[in-house]
Amino acid sequence: MKRIKILWVCIFILCLVTPLGLLASGEAWGEWGRDFFVKVFGFIPEGLVRYSNAWNAPLRDYSIPGLGGVLGYILSAVAGIGLVMVIVWLLGKTLSSGHRSSS
Amino acid sequence: MHVPDGYLSPQTCAVMYGACIPFWVLAGKRLKKRLNSKLVPLLSIFSAFSFVIMMFNIPVPGGTTTHAIGSVLVAVLLGPWAAVIGVSVAVLIQALFFGDGGILSFGANAFNMAIAMPFAGYYTYRFLNAINQGSPGRQALNAAVAGYVGINVAALLTALELGIQPMLFHSANGTPLYCPYGFFQTVPAMLFTHMTIGGIAEALVTGGVLMFLKRSMPEIMVDLKVEAPA
Repeated sequence: MKRIKILWVCIFILCLVTPLGLLASGEAWGEWGRDFFVKVFGFIPEGLVRYSNAWNAPLRDYSIPGLGGVLGYILSAVAGIGLVMVIVWLLGKTLSSGHRSSS
Repeated sequence: MHVPDGYLSPQTCAVMYGACIPFWVLAGKRLKKRLNSKLVPLLSIFSAFSFVIMMFNIPVPGGTTTHAIGSVLVAVLLGPWAAVIGVSVAVLIQALFFGDGGILSFGANAFNMAIAMPFAGYYTYRFLNAINQGSPGRQALNAAVAGYVGINVAALLTALELGIQPMLFHSANGTPLYCPYGFFQTVPAMLFTHMTIGGIAEALVTGGVLMFLKRSMPEIMVDLKVEAPA
């Protein structure tokens, strides 16, 4: 099980260097905000007006209100992997309940 | 590749959720049989890895960005059904908390990145291994190619889902209601991005991590073999 800890340390180090991902400027293709459509097409498609705010994510764009971009990005990474880990672990435990390690 | 809300019609979103449901149900059944107490922590680690690797945006010539996804790696290590569950959770957390990909479009994003991609990559990997398994280095190379194929399958599906919008959903005078770009724009744009930078990033991540694990943590690979074949 020591190996698992090493893997978690690797993931944590990845979290610390995630701000490298902020260096790339621009949006991914097809993930533009509303202003892109105004600029390029002169209008915002009706569906985008209606649905683009269907959900208000609390930490939009991996930023934490009141914190700088870099720190917010790192903490978002930590929060995100924490959430993913806990949910997958709970799902996995539920699914595998009753099983012992079989190897 | 995370389609935001508003780019796809509600009908398309419903179809994509519908396409995911049988995979999610089957994945649950498969994992119920195969998952054991050694594999659960590993699945949660590699799902977390997929989440975090997607935060590394890489610039693409032309002013856009891309990133690796990691779902082929999860599929190669833990099997495609485990990848379906793990990466779906990662994509859901991205949508719910970070606004990366929509909620209505979650079905589409999960289908592209957490279902089609790991299966395409996994079977590419198995096919290449069947032809030439060879050394651990050769297997890592096979995994790299599988990652490249997987991300491009996901990119192509995304392009098709976006590109069909203006054809099917427009107002009486032809004004598009959702994504305004048709196939002729979406397919070349998505494939250019992922056949170049995105695919290379995915190949390096998939092959590199597999090589690292084989070299440095062979006992983890032994644990993982419990669930090797799908």
